[in-house]
Amino acid sequence: MTLSSLTLPYAASLRRLFGNRAILAGAIILAAVVLAALLAPWIAPYAPNKLSIVNKLKGPSLSHIFGTDEFGRDIFSRAIFAGRASLLVSLGVVCISTVLGIVLGVAAGYFRRLDAPISRLLDAMMSFPDILLAIALVAALGPSLATVILALGITYAPRLARIVRGSTLVLRELPYIEAAVAMGLPTWQILTRHVLLNLASPILVQATFVFASAMLAEASLSFLGVGVSADMPTWGTMLASGREYMNNAPWLMVFPGLAIVFSVLSLQLLGDGLRDLVDPRLAKES
Amino acid sequence: MTKLALALLKRLGGMVVVLALVATVVFVIVRVTPGDPAAVMLGSDATPQDIAQLRTKMGLDAPLLVQYFQFLLGILKGDLGQSIFLGQSVTQALAARAEPTFFLTLFSILIAVTIALPVGIFSAVRRGTLFDQIVVTLTMVAASVPSFWLGLLLIQTLAVGQGWFPASGYGGPDTSFLERLHHLVLPAVALGVVNSALIIRFTRAAMLDVLGEDYVRTARAKGATERRVILKHALKNAMVPIITVIGLSIAMLIAGAVVTETVFGLPGIGNLVVSAVLRRDYPVIQGALLVVAAIYVLINFIVDILYMLADPRVRL
Amino acid sequence: MAPVLAIENLTTSFKTAEGWRAVIRDISLSVNAGETVAIVGESGSGKSVTALSALRLLPSGKARCEGRILLEGKDLLKASEAEMRSVRGGSIGMIFQEPMTSLNPVFTIGNQIAEALVIHQHLSWSAAEAEAVRLMERVRIPAAKARLNEYPHKFSGGMRQRVMIAMALACRPKLLIADEPTTALDVTIQAEILYLIRELQREENMGVLFITHDMGVVAEVADRTVVMFRGDMIESGPTGQIFAAPKEVYTKSLLASIPRLGTMGEAKAPRRFPEVDAKTGEAVDGREMEDVAQTSAPILKVANLAVRFDAPNGRVHAVEDVSFDLKPGETLSLVGESGCGKSTTGRAVLRLVNASAGSVVIDGQDVASAGTKELRAIRRHAQMIFQDPFASLNPRITIGSAIAEPMLSHGLAGKREARERVAALLEQVGLSGAVADRYPHEFSGGQRQRISIARALALEPKLIVADEAVSALDVSVKAQVSNLLLDLQEKHGLSYLFISHDMAVVERMSHRVAVMYLGEIVEIGPRAAIFDNPQHPYTRRLISAVPIPDPSRRAMARPLLSEEIKSPLRPFDYVPPKRTYQEVSPGHFVQDTASAWDERLTA
Repeated sequence: MTLSSLTLPYAASLRRLFGNRAILAGAIILAAVVLAALLAPWIAPYAPNKLSIVNKLKGPSLSHIFGTDEFGRDIFSRAIFAGRASLLVSLGVVCISTVLGIVLGVAAGYFRRLDAPISRLLDAMMSFPDILLAIALVAALGPSLATVILALGITYAPRLARIVRGSTLVLRELPYIEAAVAMGLPTWQILTRHVLLNLASPILVQATFVFASAMLAEASLSFLGVGVSADMPTWGTMLASGREYMNNAPWLMVFPGLAIVFSVLSLQLLGDGLRDLVDPRLAKES
Repeated sequence: MTKLALALLKRLGGMVVVLALVATVVFVIVRVTPGDPAAVMLGSDATPQDIAQLRTKMGLDAPLLVQYFQFLLGILKGDLGQSIFLGQSVTQALAARAEPTFFLTLFSILIAVTIALPVGIFSAVRRGTLFDQIVVTLTMVAASVPSFWLGLLLIQTLAVGQGWFPASGYGGPDTSFLERLHHLVLPAVALGVVNSALIIRFTRAAMLDVLGEDYVRTARAKGATERRVILKHALKNAMVPIITVIGLSIAMLIAGAVVTETVFGLPGIGNLVVSAVLRRDYPVIQGALLVVAAIYVLINFIVDILYMLADPRVRL
Repeated sequence: MAPVLAIENLTTSFKTAEGWRAVIRDISLSVNAGETVAIVGESGSGKSVTALSALRLLPSGKARCEGRILLEGKDLLKASEAEMRSVRGGSIGMIFQEPMTSLNPVFTIGNQIAEALVIHQHLSWSAAEAEAVRLMERVRIPAAKARLNEYPHKFSGGMRQRVMIAMALACRPKLLIADEPTTALDVTIQAEILYLIRELQREENMGVLFITHDMGVVAEVADRTVVMFRGDMIESGPTGQIFAAPKEVYTKSLLASIPRLGTMGEAKAPRRFPEVDAKTGEAVDGREMEDVAQTSAPILKVANLAVRFDAPNGRVHAVEDVSFDLKPGETLSLVGESGCGKSTTGRAVLRLVNASAGSVVIDGQDVASAGTKELRAIRRHAQMIFQDPFASLNPRITIGSAIAEPMLSHGLAGKREARERVAALLEQVGLSGAVADRYPHEFSGGQRQRISIARALALEPKLIVADEAVSALDVSVKAQVSNLLLDLQEKHGLSYLFISHDMAVVERMSHRVAVMYLGEIVEIGPRAAIFDNPQHPYTRRLISAVPIPDPSRRAMARPLLSEEIKSPLRPFDYVPPKRTYQEVSPGHFVQDTASAWDERLTA
């Protein structure tokens, strides 16, 4: 983390924001995914769980543009509704890991005495591969929407905590923080007004990447059958159940998979673009 | 040399601390189960006697602190407990599944590094060209693809479609080693390609950073050829962060292996964990978590040592 | 005789989003064998771009050069890339500003020097390394053979710059381009490096193109001088003529703004810097300030202060046994070179670092033993101004809010009252009260430093610790901000602990001066006593190393002391010796280490 990435003023205008092609593309795709999920009941041509045995395993056609599954359910409608679960889980994960990450990261970065114990704990947490830690937590807490969110939130908190700690360490040495100390400002005020405010951009960038990772992880958990419960369609469960029929009905694999790829891609584009924007060292060269 | 030895000793100490914390985290995870783990494991039709028996077997009767020390003592003795369903010890179960996971991870990382290093370096050197733009776009797409989905697509096209590779499994006990490797090609490619994206992006970024350094300008001012500037002056410096990300991606590969093994029906540790989770075989989950995390800590330790060898400033 | 290098009508442009933009325009200059030509200018004048253009080291595709650059008659802008490679490090050697980052950290010193010889003279690596030892000896690196296989991080800044010079001179180039080679170095090290370059130039009969922002350095080294401003060549000619009779307004004002040693006249109190009329370039010397220093009880009393840090391989004695007091309305300057502990002392005074021993008493209250509440009260009366104007202000907060923050936090003013005070404070530091709603990035470096001063004044402190507060500013701005500090002292009776490495600024600003070396005060006394009658060998060395911006007073020979400032890093069991001081005249104390120093200097 460089110093310059910490000092971008808010004045980064909208024009600059959308002048960045990556951000523009990412924002458009993400907006489409979010809108589709929000407006699912109105957009989806069929109810997501409406069975129709006559129509089972039909290929893409005008009436079912993504085809149907083994129960004759409309893939397009299910994919749209599944977006709700994915977005809900990922958003929850981002919230939990950001809050935990900020608390742990600022504590470790700002208060010298807490640095060693918190950093070792983060090292230990990061020694577990993300999916493995998440499924162990889900196994321990019992599978449910809330558990998946909590498990992934705990899993990704160390990533944010590390970034926040690193940035706080840099910030703490900056003269304006020292000036605030020298002015006799109370610590909470220094932390909120001077530290947190300037952590906003690195946190935003990292949170975007955690959003993307959480989406991939949620899909993996659902695919393995240890995710959100079965009556709520997710892209992962759609792929898991579609697997059985993929020889005869490849569309079962293609569309939910593409939904994941595009959603994750939009977040990666956003994160990349934001990072270039807040890190002028890279931005001015390209 | 004594300073190097001292630094090594210090990292070794740090590693032991992290390992102890890892063990504690594993212990805590299994104990946070709401309700009685024994009851949860046996399901709703278990009799109170069954539950009591299992509680004794798992040592759940003892006070928490005693359980904790017994757990730690067991680890030191290499005893990770008994699987509830497999009828063997956790250590045996893990050992029996280690081979496919080991080779899968090894081949994936080889594939990933072989692709990533040259592409990443070339992309940085030729920054802004068409090649670079294509690489940047492709890596971003690759980083967005779930490896299990790529695996399914590969099975569909190359195994089922073309019949070049087996679609699943690892062969039986008497399958030849070469045949077993054949089974590993598709999963290793699926995992390796997805992970190479991360290493490419990191290599490119590290090279770009280094190419902007003052000492690279010094090398040019000295009259060094571009080849020498890039391969000698820049690359050796960029190797430090690149080594770190390779270490990191091994951990990601192990995570990816959990899912990939399920897709390809490989009887590895990942597969073991998933079935253990579905059956709530807590001792197995606990043991697998512990071993995988310990391996990761070990890899990190090796990375640290490589780091010290690559950077004289760290070496002191 | 044809010049070694002739630049004719050089225009260099950079590619921007709006198309090609010229950063230097129509530059012409020449360098003869054995001659030193200086390019001088403030930041953004394009002087470094000129040098990089000559070696074609600007990124191709992003930069474009037009005109002619003739090396012994051959146009480098038309040369092939292979030909350029034989020029770089072969016929032209170059050294850069940042010795700390210009050497490759993962290769040994020997390898990096030898590489130039391997590339250009096709020596074997072993032969090249043997030659490298000889080169290291030529640039006076002690124990050259033993240090051949060491890595750059073990070398200090001055030593690294010597390595850079050895590397640049390895193939006996006809021209040496030195881009701010001493800017990052301490003044005594600078003197040694300048001397070394001049010696080597004489031996090799090289041409030297010397790029700098420091008129003092120009006066020391240059035969001819080119003045640049915002990409244009303003004036050029023999250095003596440029200094004695500058033609252009910009050159005049540049020369008038330089802080010079020994211009205090009969003044007892601090004296304002000359004010330069931007239209004519004429300067009027500043008046002596009214002496507001009081003889009452000191506002700050520091006794036997020590600050020590534990490092992995020893203990850093950053500050050791430092004692002084500061009277209301007085300025005490702490001077010394990097690592001497002057900044740490300033930070310990405000307890931004904790003291390991000794006491700090501000306005009768002990800082070290103060609890959270008392410390808050003490900090109302003592403020700090920092060096880097770009990092001193929170980029996310409007400057008005930043200035109001301490008043609100200490409950000194309500919201509306604070707004009025902010406007008044901004006007006091020479800015308009209307700019309070702007963010820091909308201001220049000098303006930001004024804002930092306004923020420090908000609590109406009695004591201000100014840590290199004007050091990062361009010369003309430096004088203005220094004058502001003097005016504020006169008006409010402020006490300054003024920390600086710049002897010329210190002379103007101070009532008293303390010279620090390796964490200790070696000499302290009234300003006139320190500057006119320095007693400690280190003080003398420090003063004599300051370049004099007058080519007619060029010091021809300097004591060449190939010894770096030692590090305050000591073994864990090190017990600092008890120092004693002699009072040579009223209030002028000198540490009793002079004899040990004399031995070292003559050894």
